[in-house]
Amino acid sequence: MSVASETWDWLTDSANWEGPAGIPSRTLEHLQYTGMTIAIAAVIAIPLGFYIGHTGRFRGIAVASTGALRALPTLGVLTLVSLHSGIDLTAALVALVLLAIPSLLAGTYAGIEAVDPATVDAARSIGMTHWQVLWRVEVPLGLPILIGGFRTATLQVIATATIAAAVPGAGGLGVFLLSGLAVSDYPRVVGGSVVVIVLALVVDLLFAAVQRLSTRRRVSTPERV
Amino acid sequence: MTWIGNNLDVIGGHLLSHLWLSIVPTVLGFVLALPVGWICNRVPLVRGTVLSLASILYTIPSLAFFLILPSIIGTGFLDPLNIVIALTIFAVAVMARFATDGFASVSPQVLDAARASGYGRLGLALRVELPLAGPVLLAGLRVVSVSSVSLVSVGALIGVGNLGRLFTEGFQTENNAEIIAGIVLVVALALVLDALLVLGGRLVMPWSSGARRARGGAA
Repeated sequence: MSVASETWDWLTDSANWEGPAGIPSRTLEHLQYTGMTIAIAAVIAIPLGFYIGHTGRFRGIAVASTGALRALPTLGVLTLVSLHSGIDLTAALVALVLLAIPSLLAGTYAGIEAVDPATVDAARSIGMTHWQVLWRVEVPLGLPILIGGFRTATLQVIATATIAAAVPGAGGLGVFLLSGLAVSDYPRVVGGSVVVIVLALVVDLLFAAVQRLSTRRRVSTPERV
Repeated sequence: MTWIGNNLDVIGGHLLSHLWLSIVPTVLGFVLALPVGWICNRVPLVRGTVLSLASILYTIPSLAFFLILPSIIGTGFLDPLNIVIALTIFAVAVMARFATDGFASVSPQVLDAARASGYGRLGLALRVELPLAGPVLLAGLRVVSVSSVSLVSVGALIGVGNLGRLFTEGFQTENNAEIIAGIVLVVALALVLDALLVLGGRLVMPWSSGARRARGGAA
């Protein structure tokens, strides 16, 4: 198991923890791409999801198109856009946003739909407008599923952002994997993989905590009223 | 377009290996997850542990998983076996949850009735629980099949031959047609496999679509 011990050496070498190509800056880049992607995807998917969930319109189209989007290979979109966009983040962002939209959209409309129709009817009958029903009833009650959509999307993006380094212009933790592979530096490849895996697990754990908090608040609401 | 016409044999080869690399893990994952889900449904303690482990495994980024496996199981870094094993583990991780939910969806009255009419343990599991869990199992199988087809293409980055090669090669040679052909074929492959699963589901479980409609009407 020499690769294992060499990987340990790579991970504990202080030189790998410094400068713009070090593990902390690559991790930060990785998180930056993830944050930008989720923000752009949310601006597109959340309002659409609210609309579909609240009105029930276009649901069939949404289900079919998110299914087809899920089948879209991210590496293909990445390389295709990169041929036309030049050396910047455009290709990575386009590919990752397309990846994040299905989970966010599905999580949003599923969250809104999961709210008990009787509760929605009750809210309408006490005179709430459409907006009030959406913001004060459907969104708070659907929040755990909505956050679940964010969780799935974020983890997919963190995982897939590692392939962004396959085209010029993008950094992130994938650089360790792909540049290491190109020169057969396996400790770097495995070390980089370990860092991405740990990052994904930590982010997942954070989301699990947030999701638990949002569920607890939802359950305790009736007692307060 | 001329590139596609001139390279049909190459594309066909990539398509075949892509098909093989996605179907083997999907089928293996499905078969392995059935007993796991069945036990999870029976033993709450096992369910908690297995499903947490499954969710942790599924969190692992695929490229990192492909690359970390060789140092765990001693395969070569560019061995296609890494992809098959990693995707099988992902498939089990996803299917275990669906299988647990599927077996849990079988009504206890039906189980009691089957026991009363003389089904043994194995007969109950195979001839009553399995078919009744079918619709949920099929839903899981569809998720696994689509995600496997799309994850296999990532394997091209570590040199494994499949449709993903059309992306890496097309990028290096700045060949739009090659990349677009790859995207179209990957999406088509995923959609065709999905349609086959739906069709297979209707054949094996002729009652399911009607049952779903009846339940939807009642709700």
